[in-house]
Amino acid sequence: MSIIDQIRDKTAVGDMNTVAELTNQAIADGIAPDDIIQHGLIEAMTIVGDKFKKNEIYVPEMLIAARAMKTALGILKPLMVGQEAKRLAKVVIGTVKGDLHDIGKNLVSIMMEGAGIEVMDLGVDVAPEKFLEAIKAHQPQFLAMSALLTTTMPNLKTTIDVVAEAGVDQNLKVLIGGAPVTQKFADEIGADGYADNAATAVDAIKALL
Amino acid sequence: MIIVGELINASRKSVAAAIENQDPAVIQKIAADQAEAGAHYVDVNAGVFVGREADYLKWLVTTVQAAVDVPCSIDSPDPKAIEAALSVHRGTAMINSISLEKERYDAILPIVAGADLKVVALCMSDEGMPKTVDDRMAIADKLVNGLLRNNVALENIYVDPLVQPVATRDDFGIEFLKAIEKIMTTYEGIHTLCGLSNISFGLPERKFLNQTFMTMAIAKGLDGAIVNPLDSKMMASIIAAEALMGKDEFCMNYLTAFRAKKFEF
Repeated sequence: MSIIDQIRDKTAVGDMNTVAELTNQAIADGIAPDDIIQHGLIEAMTIVGDKFKKNEIYVPEMLIAARAMKTALGILKPLMVGQEAKRLAKVVIGTVKGDLHDIGKNLVSIMMEGAGIEVMDLGVDVAPEKFLEAIKAHQPQFLAMSALLTTTMPNLKTTIDVVAEAGVDQNLKVLIGGAPVTQKFADEIGADGYADNAATAVDAIKALL
Repeated sequence: MIIVGELINASRKSVAAAIENQDPAVIQKIAADQAEAGAHYVDVNAGVFVGREADYLKWLVTTVQAAVDVPCSIDSPDPKAIEAALSVHRGTAMINSISLEKERYDAILPIVAGADLKVVALCMSDEGMPKTVDDRMAIADKLVNGLLRNNVALENIYVDPLVQPVATRDDFGIEFLKAIEKIMTTYEGIHTLCGLSNISFGLPERKFLNQTFMTMAIAKGLDGAIVNPLDSKMMASIIAAEALMGKDEFCMNYLTAFRAKKFEF
């Protein structure tokens, strides 16, 4: 098995220490950091996402794989100064105004990063104006928002409306999610995509690219 | 142990349909089943109906109390909806809930101040969700003192330390449990109450985890729970844990439950 395949497999099961060793060895062997990222780490997280969707693995197993990936990235990043890592897309993400729930949103961020997506996380209780500001500053292809309460769900629509009125980017796609949110609601408020868990959020992005 | 039956919640499809169709029979059956299974309060929630919550909550209280002689736990952040529900409520209702989020605190405080009501004090503030014991105590302290200053009796306060999923951080279970103990010992005479199914988010065999966590929380002093009273294993765990904690004189509740076949699943 090639060393990149070994990195992929060990990352997928969250064996952080072995991943670190293998990453250092791969660097010593002269393998390009970007190859390690694309074919080792990102492929590992794709495997993890697929298994998660099929209920073969659970949230902690997703998180331990993400930790192994971050360990490897920590070793690789300093070697990539000046080189842009290849990114699939850029996403601005946050939980809407009035809502403090961050767990689901954080899981979505982790899986997006695992898929090679650049994530700008604005945190929780994010006002529509703050989303708009970040969109202007970072020019993402995607806006991803979460609402966990029936009382804060209307703020998904408010934010979509504020962003649309500002007319910043006609091509910006909006993704929404959160326990009370449904595909039907997404359609009603004019969101481009909906995901009901962290792994399908990545699929939704890929489908809209 | 105060049991709040959680099933009349409009986020459940069958309940939402019954509310929209104004079908009392469905709601009254759920209320009666929960009271029969040991609920001291029947929670009513119509949160999904934006704009109609007040009317629906009022209807729920009337409908429930026409069938069972138990008070309701009025589950809403909206002061207008709560007041509408209280206007028809008989007995001492529970308000679920006040928190330290400024908007919610300012809205709920005038309702509970000096009133004959039980109130759930949720450990959440505008700073976000508490993670550690200290985070929770900082919020609980402000909430409890704020309520006391506004003439809410200590024994009417039910602090909910807020359960977070252990799947997302290893210490989320233990920090919650320690908070229960600290709240119960810091404010003698107060109560703690929570819905704890969040603990098992992201893990398999959730019911089993929830049940285990319940017995651990009871061991730390938890004396109230928002649960499904029809979950017979959960209810049996609670009865057993209470006896083991010395809260069941001569194990009479345990034995009564045994004879009522509550340990046959």
